[in-house]
Amino acid sequence: MEKTLTIGVLAMQGGFREHIASLTKLGVKTKRVREAKDLQNLAGLIIPGGESTAIGKLLRETDLIKPLRQKITAGLPTWGTCAGLILLANEIEAETPYLDVIDIIVRRNAYGRQIDSFRTDLLIPEIDPQNKIPLVFIRAPFITGAGSKVKILATYNGRIIAARQNNILVTSFHPELTDDFRVHKYFLQICRKAVE
Amino acid sequence: MEQQYELNKNLAQMLKGGVIMDVTNPEQAKIAEKAGACAVMALERVPADIRKEGGVARMSDPKMIKEIQKAVSIPVMAKVRIGHFVEAQILQAISIDYIDESEVLTPADDVNHIDKHAFKVPFVCGARNLGEALRRIGEGASMIRTKGEAGTGDVIEAVRHMRTMNNGIRRVRSADPMELMSIAKEYGAPYDLVRYVHDNGKLPVVNFAAGGIATPADAALMMQLGSDGVFVGSGIFKSGDPAKRAKAIVEAVTYYDDPEKLAAVSENLGEAMVGINVSDIPQEDRLAKRGW
Repeated sequence: MEKTLTIGVLAMQGGFREHIASLTKLGVKTKRVREAKDLQNLAGLIIPGGESTAIGKLLRETDLIKPLRQKITAGLPTWGTCAGLILLANEIEAETPYLDVIDIIVRRNAYGRQIDSFRTDLLIPEIDPQNKIPLVFIRAPFITGAGSKVKILATYNGRIIAARQNNILVTSFHPELTDDFRVHKYFLQICRKAVE
Repeated sequence: MEQQYELNKNLAQMLKGGVIMDVTNPEQAKIAEKAGACAVMALERVPADIRKEGGVARMSDPKMIKEIQKAVSIPVMAKVRIGHFVEAQILQAISIDYIDESEVLTPADDVNHIDKHAFKVPFVCGARNLGEALRRIGEGASMIRTKGEAGTGDVIEAVRHMRTMNNGIRRVRSADPMELMSIAKEYGAPYDLVRYVHDNGKLPVVNFAAGGIATPADAALMMQLGSDGVFVGSGIFKSGDPAKRAKAIVEAVTYYDDPEKLAAVSENLGEAMVGINVSDIPQEDRLAKRGW
């Protein structure tokens, strides 16, 4: 029988319940992460969307930066959506980085204000070579530069919107806001491989 | 437009677990952002001052709102008078992230609220009970906040409205489907939205608490009562040490169910805003009554 995975979802602020709901529908156990002790025995970690300054500020105030960085650099599969992508980046334009674990440069609110938020469908061959995936962008960031270890998974209008560096996955869009679980399934594959 | 409405509900989902703070200038906006606010509400006078000074309270000067937009990277919201759709057009023209059609300002229409479907930018509206919330959602609001009684620092009305909302949801959820039309009639709410609440056991949009929240304990109380996040108006910048109190309330919303953490963040915050007992305010002066 397959071992049940427990995936942690960082629950400081933002859309963590949506990720928990998606994972629950996929039959995966979840755990809210708000303290260092919540990081024990996780097969993977999701850093959700929300306000990156609010989440980042809380991570700093509660001394969570160091234990998170240790776990992630030690190989814990980690996926950041939107604000999560910003928090994982080692460079944020005009700002001090937070977790500093993936070699990308990020531009916040890159598409503009809420009036510029949008939805589109895109083929991401690494995740599904046949069918397009619905992508929701909410005051989203994009990636303006990536190091040689980073694999670019998707671009939209010439801008990088999904990337992976070994155990770290980042998307500037929100699969947890759709009923489409293909990106969650892709992340769970990374988690399963890491457990093996 | 349907797609834009979904995106607008989505932005509210990303604000959850956060604190939206009233600010009256760029300096305050920066303090709020630094303290971990998930958004700011730009307005010329906080509700406590509107209450004290009286007169007609209107939409803020767009110049002041634009300065706040420039000062911070988090979403910026601003208030319009109930029914004042031109104030809303103006805020949309300056790309505001969220419009609050608010009872805190003097109403412009004593019968109708704004047709929010006509706008691309999202709206949040106040509500005291489920029927009022569903009427606002029916008009196109993509986020709700319970009203409380703004500018008092007295949390009693916020609690009353959240409990009333939750009671309404429980009643609709457990009702026989045959009773739903009659409930829709009683609540003055659109039938399809009553049906949604029956089927899903929750509002179709995010619901924050507002009106009278002044301490970390108040914020955690509203979260434990089931709120998705909180608005703090006068409670921060009318207190002795705004930066410290703002940060404490942000942490209280994250750790709302952890009494030890709440005890730690509640320590040594200096003076809270001077409160007004809601029971001392004559009925006709209560802001929560505005809205139809």
